Amino acid sequence: MSLASRKLRKLMVLVRREQFNRELEEEMSFHREEAEKEFLADGMKAEDARHAANRRFGNDAQLRDQAHETVGFWFEGALQDFRFALRQLRKNPGFAATAILILTLGIGASVAIFGFVDAALIKPLPYKNPNRLVVLFESIPLGPRFHLSYPDYVDWKRENKVFQSLDVYAPYGFMRSTSTGTEQAVGARVSDGFFRTLGVVPVLGRDFRQGEDQKNSPRAVLLSYSAWLRHYGGRKDILGQTVILDGKPNTIIGVLPRDFHFAPAEPADYWTTLQDFISDCRGCHGFFGVARLKDGISFNAAFANIKGIADQLARQYPDSNRDQKAFMLPMSEVIVGDIRPVLLVLLSGVALLLLIATVNVASLLLVRSESRRREIAVRGALGASRMRLIRQFVTEGLVLVATGSVLGLTAAYWGMHLFAHYIPKDMMATMPYLQGLGLNARVLLFAFAISAMAAVLFSLTPALQLSWAEMREGLTEGGRGHASTMWRRFGSNLVVIELTTAMVLLVGAGLLGQSFYRLLHVDIGLQSDHLAMLTVGAQPNTYQKDEQRIALERQMISRISALPGVKSAGLSTTLPIGDGDGTTGFQIVGHPSHGEHMEVAIRKVSSGYFSTLQAQLLRGRYFAEDEDKSKPEVVIINEAMATQYFRGENPVGMAISLGDGDQHVEIVGVVKDLQEGQLDAASRSAMYVPYNQGPATFFSLVVRTSQDERSILPALTSIIHQIDPTIAAFGAATMQERIHDSPSAYLHRSAAWLTGGFAALALLLGVVGLYGVIAYSVSQRTREIGVRMALGAQRGSVYRLVMWEAGRLTVIGIGGGVVVSLAVTMLMRKLLFGVRAWDAPTLIGVSVVLAVAALLASYLPARRAAAVNPVEALRAE
Amino acid sequence: MPKKSELLPGTLDMLILKTLTRAPLHGYGIAQSIKRLSEDVLTVEEGSLYPALQRLLLQGWVKAEWKKTETNRRARYYTLTPEGRKQLGEELSQFEVMIAAIGRVLQDA
Repeated sequence: MSLASRKLRKLMVLVRREQFNRELEEEMSFHREEAEKEFLADGMKAEDARHAANRRFGNDAQLRDQAHETVGFWFEGALQDFRFALRQLRKNPGFAATAILILTLGIGASVAIFGFVDAALIKPLPYKNPNRLVVLFESIPLGPRFHLSYPDYVDWKRENKVFQSLDVYAPYGFMRSTSTGTEQAVGARVSDGFFRTLGVVPVLGRDFRQGEDQKNSPRAVLLSYSAWLRHYGGRKDILGQTVILDGKPNTIIGVLPRDFHFAPAEPADYWTTLQDFISDCRGCHGFFGVARLKDGISFNAAFANIKGIADQLARQYPDSNRDQKAFMLPMSEVIVGDIRPVLLVLLSGVALLLLIATVNVASLLLVRSESRRREIAVRGALGASRMRLIRQFVTEGLVLVATGSVLGLTAAYWGMHLFAHYIPKDMMATMPYLQGLGLNARVLLFAFAISAMAAVLFSLTPALQLSWAEMREGLTEGGRGHASTMWRRFGSNLVVIELTTAMVLLVGAGLLGQSFYRLLHVDIGLQSDHLAMLTVGAQPNTYQKDEQRIALERQMISRISALPGVKSAGLSTTLPIGDGDGTTGFQIVGHPSHGEHMEVAIRKVSSGYFSTLQAQLLRGRYFAEDEDKSKPEVVIINEAMATQYFRGENPVGMAISLGDGDQHVEIVGVVKDLQEGQLDAASRSAMYVPYNQGPATFFSLVVRTSQDERSILPALTSIIHQIDPTIAAFGAATMQERIHDSPSAYLHRSAAWLTGGFAALALLLGVVGLYGVIAYSVSQRTREIGVRMALGAQRGSVYRLVMWEAGRLTVIGIGGGVVVSLAVTMLMRKLLFGVRAWDAPTLIGVSVVLAVAALLASYLPARRAAAVNPVEALRAE
Repeated sequence: MPKKSELLPGTLDMLILKTLTRAPLHGYGIAQSIKRLSEDVLTVEEGSLYPALQRLLLQGWVKAEWKKTETNRRARYYTLTPEGRKQLGEELSQFEVMIAAIGRVLQDA
């Protein structure tokens, strides 16, 4: 008989289920009645005859089930199990909610982190054969990843025997002229074959032609996909149009693919050739190399070849190339090398959490299966086969895991976007591969795999518990199996580990949280509230003379100062809380020079700069508005510089000379350190010179307001454009934003939040784990407790009995946690700011939090134990 | 009274099919017939006939029909189908091969 017609018959039975049942019932009772008649005819009494007939017939409930299973579809049983499982979980909402919550968090966190791992590490880079691409650097005594010069690039390209092609790139900031003015535009300058080396083909238009990067060839530009959409609405007719970059017309020749990104130069919207940067200067470094290995050439062989070439150049041009070696890294290393270890640590962290989470839920399932032993034994006695019972447990496990997985996936989806949202825009731009973040096939597969693993674990745990022997014992509440003792021991050890982990993470989160708070409130030498900022860039061609530049500055300051709500305004060539870069060498006039190199940060500031920031003048005076080239050159130094170079002297009135010049510059004041570098950096020596003695066309305005400083930002930009629409104005922000969005604040904030998140999860898991183990132990000891109480034990002593067990585990966990925390926090000292690794209040606070949580977790089972009715407990014997 | 013995596993279907070769029977009749023909040696847990009959119905080896008994009661009568007859033939020949093999082993020993 064919499978199809068998299915058809089954379907008929399914449709006419009522009739099937009725007929089976009628048939069976007919059988029993006939048998009864036979026994009666043999002379039995009516009662005995019925019993005998029934006995001969067998267990009719079980037989009916068998008949059903024969004709039923497999999913009918599953559906029944599913309904029963839902009923069971609804009957026990506390258990169901806890289990699902833990699973959701465990799966959600794992999938979210895996999403990042996938986007950064698994998804291939958008180039042809990306693993054959390398990035080339020049290594100098300061470090290995420095630029190479144009002549070096040309020589490397010509001499090497190992690369199919070698090209260079350099990130570059353009000034783009638009119909309404000038704006900052990001981009890169590349050699002609750059995109061919990567194996990237424009989606629209063409790539740079060979030789198009040489001097005097027409300027061409390729647009990024997003710039094409943003500025040109994705129109196809933009090819051949002109875009003015740095005052020079460039012809748009193509658009790069949507998924193209090149992290080392991102963010980049405009890709032009390097023609303006061609020079014979071997000491002028500005490029990074990219190259594609020839087939069959290994990374090491290529590295050796290019090193040899660099060494040859160093011998040939000792003036410029001494100590300049070649350095080479795989492309993937350059793009994701920094984030890889972070992601892998996070991934193993969540994997560990997930494992603990699943074992915890399994232990909860066990507690429940323990309290259901009677039910199971009764069902077994009524004829449920062992397979049938196990299937029931498996179904319950699957329902939990399925719910947890769906919720977990949803949580992961939101989690990923929330997480990505909190990465500052600038930082996100350097990690363009994270744009592909989301629930793709690989992430879903991962989610499915971990859910399947959890499902297997949950199905096995109660199933293993469910041996025939125990099912029989269940009816009598007989002796405890060996397995349960083992479980208790394993569970106790697990809980101690969980509590220790939670402790360590909580301490870490506490310390990092404090660090973050201290960092935001660190003294940076200025009043950060009510301070607005804007960076402007004027065309150097338009403002060639110092007088023009000074006039521009004065006009800006006076117009801004006239705005309602503005108290004062000033400017500096570089804002505080930056990278601390921009330095100059100097000598102190009158100090004997021993040839040591003295270098400090230098900024050109207007006369109103310090008073606008509300910096503190320690000695001397600030600059006067009329201090320009016609007056003697002056400088203000900061406290760090005074301490470092003028120990025991009053620097005011002394003179220094800058760079190689022999012009003497008088120190007129000492100002308290303004934090020029990152928030967590040590104060560095810095000097300030009057803007009017060396005016520039690129500077940042600072404005002190009496009202909300955010509200003034649009007015600032429009004033600048009123003065001259060709001036680019960008980076409008408040000082508070600058502090909050600074890389160091971001680092501390994300470290604190991540550790905090992990710590919260670990705390939850530890508490649930403790509850599971104690509740299991109480359920195992119900008889013992009953006996104790029958013999006169007070409820209080029962409480003590249970709490003692929980307390022991908690104390061991916390004790271990303190020891491990000290070791771990010593290792992460570098991440801490303004707080010691062995911060006693944190340790004590965390211990208290953990102890209280543990107390709550064990109170519930303790109360259940104390509520044991001795009579019932003993009768159950 | 001779000793009762358990059925060899898998033989119940064959016995039912064989019993039905003579005439259509209801479940009780099949049980009686097996008992009588085996002279009370083979007893089945009578109820287990019914899941087995459902299995045979599903395979299409028997057909079922409600009819009146001689005592004028409603009962479900099972009839062997041509496929059932073929199946019985196959099972019988397999069974005979097995019995012969067992017999040879036992004789030899």
